[in-house]
Amino acid sequence: MTVAVPLSLNEAFDALSRTPDARLIQGGTDLMVEINFNHVKPVDVIALRRIKELRTWQVNSNNTITIGSGVPYQEMEVGQLKELLPALAEAARTVGSPQIRAAGTLGGNLGTCSPAGDGLPVLFALDAIVHLQSAVTSRELSIHEFMLGVKRNARHANEIITGVTVPILDGWQGYAKVGVRNAMVISVASACLAVDKKNNSVRIALGAVGPTIIRCRDAESWLVQQLDLTTATSIDTTIAQEFGRRVALESKPIDDHRSTAEYRRHAVGVLAQRLITRAYTS
Amino acid sequence: MSTVKQDTRLRDILGTSALRPDGVAKVMGSFSFSSDMWAENMLWGATLRSPHPYARIISIDTTAALLISGVSAVITAQDVPGKATYGLISADQPVFASEFVRYMGEPVAAVAADHPETCRRALAAIIVNYEVLTPVVDPELAMLATTEQIHPDGNLIRHQRIICGDPHISGNITVEGNYTIGMQDQAFLGLEAAMAFPDSGGNGVELHIATQWLHEDRGQIAACLKLPEDNVRLVLGGVGGAFGAREDISLQVHCCLLALRTGRPIKMQYSREESFFGHVHRHPAKIWMKHHATKEGKIVKVESRMVFDGGAYTSTSPAVLINGITHTQGPYQCDNAVVDGYAVRTNNPPCGAMRGFGVVQACFAHESQMDKLAQACGLSPVDVRLINAMHTGDKLITGQVMESVAPVERCIRETDAIPMPETLAPNANVLEFPGGSGRTADRHNIVRGIGWGVSMKNLMYSEGFDDYATARCTLSNGIASLKFATSEVGQGFVTLAPQIARSVLGVDDVVLETSDTQIGSAGSTSASRQTWMSGGAVDGACRLVRERLFEHVGKLHNIDPIRLMIEHTDVIDTIGTFRISVAEATQGITLSETFEHHHRKTEDLDANGQGNCHVAFAFVAHRAVVDVDVELGLVKVVQIATAQDVGRVLNPLSAIGQIEGGIAQGLGLAVMEEIIMDNGRVKNPSFTDYLLPTALDAPHVVAIMIEEAEPQAPLGAKGIGEPPCISVTPAIIAAIRAATGKALSRVPVRPQDICL
Repeated sequence: MTVAVPLSLNEAFDALSRTPDARLIQGGTDLMVEINFNHVKPVDVIALRRIKELRTWQVNSNNTITIGSGVPYQEMEVGQLKELLPALAEAARTVGSPQIRAAGTLGGNLGTCSPAGDGLPVLFALDAIVHLQSAVTSRELSIHEFMLGVKRNARHANEIITGVTVPILDGWQGYAKVGVRNAMVISVASACLAVDKKNNSVRIALGAVGPTIIRCRDAESWLVQQLDLTTATSIDTTIAQEFGRRVALESKPIDDHRSTAEYRRHAVGVLAQRLITRAYTS
Repeated sequence: MSTVKQDTRLRDILGTSALRPDGVAKVMGSFSFSSDMWAENMLWGATLRSPHPYARIISIDTTAALLISGVSAVITAQDVPGKATYGLISADQPVFASEFVRYMGEPVAAVAADHPETCRRALAAIIVNYEVLTPVVDPELAMLATTEQIHPDGNLIRHQRIICGDPHISGNITVEGNYTIGMQDQAFLGLEAAMAFPDSGGNGVELHIATQWLHEDRGQIAACLKLPEDNVRLVLGGVGGAFGAREDISLQVHCCLLALRTGRPIKMQYSREESFFGHVHRHPAKIWMKHHATKEGKIVKVESRMVFDGGAYTSTSPAVLINGITHTQGPYQCDNAVVDGYAVRTNNPPCGAMRGFGVVQACFAHESQMDKLAQACGLSPVDVRLINAMHTGDKLITGQVMESVAPVERCIRETDAIPMPETLAPNANVLEFPGGSGRTADRHNIVRGIGWGVSMKNLMYSEGFDDYATARCTLSNGIASLKFATSEVGQGFVTLAPQIARSVLGVDDVVLETSDTQIGSAGSTSASRQTWMSGGAVDGACRLVRERLFEHVGKLHNIDPIRLMIEHTDVIDTIGTFRISVAEATQGITLSETFEHHHRKTEDLDANGQGNCHVAFAFVAHRAVVDVDVELGLVKVVQIATAQDVGRVLNPLSAIGQIEGGIAQGLGLAVMEEIIMDNGRVKNPSFTDYLLPTALDAPHVVAIMIEEAEPQAPLGAKGIGEPPCISVTPAIIAAIRAATGKALSRVPVRPQDICL
């Protein structure tokens, strides 16, 4: 096995051209587990962890934030990132243990594309743009076009995910995740809700209840008809409940060893109801 | 987490919070666990396991594996020179499967090679041709005579009934229920690991191994290797937890066979995934129980039927079953009983010892029943338990008289007097809510519940077994050295043994010799028994040495030895002024004595389950306060209050460690820990999906230790390892029932059981 340790994106593209089938590793919290379980035996690995360009984030002039694919979750839990993207901060806190959050990244969530990836519902709720670069090309894909299915995405083999761009919204946003223990647990069901006052819209995305993250467009547009999201200061319990019911209907969960489809559907409904209630009580 | 106030002690004698000698090394990561061993010229060993729960082996072809460069040996059943099978109670488990594989993960072959990766390739190159068979996974079906018998010994491992008093008597009030207990794993952190060194000439082997009982391992290994026991020497490796999972043979025989075959040291260690297949688990059980009581809530009779799924091989199932059924009554007076217990063979993973050993299962049922009884009689959970509480001198349903100190009432009353936790503050940290870091609950979603559990647990081995312990004490130049084969698995005997020597002999410097088979057996580090048994042996050996010391000093200074005693670190004349330090008195001499401690004899049960089968008992009460997110079915255990009957506290810090650890393990069984099976297949062999409690799941523990010295116990101290994990599980479930109104008859309880 060869391990390339590029110090810049250009070096990484060089390595990728030499070993086009190489597995990319960032924090290693997915790939190392697969290797330890003997599920994969990569011949070549390119470690992206020392590429400084991927470990930075910045606020852009158009009221968006670009987060490098190598920024660890622990940086999202605090400071300006937490202030501007509170739902992402809450999602980051649910990722594994402190050690995992020091290593794990959005790049890893995107590269692996598990429906249980904790950061992904936030990116779906915020309509994130995914940045992909190869040695010669650079493109931007909507997150909705990027994630194709369970552990499948639109990245080409010669591309590296360099980061994501998300808008800074005016409006409440939050994240909640159900697991069977109170920390360090794979998601059984999760939801991210973001209110966009400027556009009088609400976005809700669900994790671990379908082959991809699910945006509940029907529930979103129904809610907009029920109340003015820009001016509302409270929400009727019956509206929140109906919103939850409609969100649950849009989930496509399965039974597995972590939970049942029935519970997952129920749980996302409850989460949606609680998140929208939080949005209009805080 | 509790903190124990450090006493300003001068000497680490009995009763002080002496610190673990290996504590700093473990915290710093420098302690050598079995998996850290290394030797010049060593090879790695690895095991090929069955992918099927049940299959006939048509053929095994190892040719390709042997051709791989770096592979030194590939062995299968035909390479076992001695007994082809082993087992703690019945030798019914093959070293390697030959004709059938009977559970997923059963060993089929082993390899030795120059690198773990070479081992993996060699395993992949072994071609095993299986005829896959339909597994028998339901114990109720398995025990029927019409069902295929999956082992020559049959599917019924043991049936035992208990008939006590008047089996036909009834009460004004009856309550009954069906209870299910899932398969818990011991989940020790230090994985199975060993290193075997072959003797030159191949007539013997030295095995360094993380185990609970060196001598029992040795007997089973020697039989399989066809070597005299003296030619098989075992040395205790660094053990990272056990909880019952190291009672059975795992890699011991494989490792020795490979060492003898290759003539080189062999290192074997399991991965976390392999560990789930490499050791036994807690028995899943189904229990029906019915209580008859007077209108006032006094128990008249208990009836029960218990079915324990033993999995593919016997392991300790017969003993686990007996523990289960003989604890049907719990810590309560009961004059009449009809109990039927079955331990059954299936194609599920073998089940055996785990902390609580059969009593955990029985306790979940009897405590659930006590709450039903309370409700039926209009009593509080506390009162129904006080009315029925057992006392010393009561007769058990086995006819055995309770001779142990039995402060059941006191355990309940003192637990009840522990202050309740504060109600959830308006500004409480959301991490403390059910759902924790997932931020699922808001304050108004949370309902608080309170529940109770009380238990009785036997100590030491039962049914006529003489599980004695041996220790040697040598005193010279003011230094005591202790030799015993006791397995230190984390319980703290390496702390306690020097405390005993210091107290008895008046020395400060105590050396612990290597734990190995170069001395008599210590018995197993199981059944809450080592403080009592090995503690008794160390105490006995030290007392014998002290007698010799007094004889020596008496002779030299012309004092009747009977007048001498130890005061601090001196030998003094109790009726004179003579005083000499132990260090000075032992200059240039060596006094050495060996002592075996045996507990009193016990008996087998007769056909009606009557007999003095247990040695002694310990008791504990638990009160759980639990916050439940009723709508999502998520749980946060806020506080566990407990008063435990400990006999005498020998080391407060060690004791609180056992209590808090046991509570965490019992909490795990209550709300999250389960090996999930699907038709004989394990679905979650990893710490990603086999969930253990984290710091955010662990409750605040408020513990009271009830000290009423046990006259039978050499140091007055009862074993304290198992009780903490037994009744805490039903207490937590009772609290969830109180918060939700749900019946909840299964552990672990799952979110969907609560909210759907």
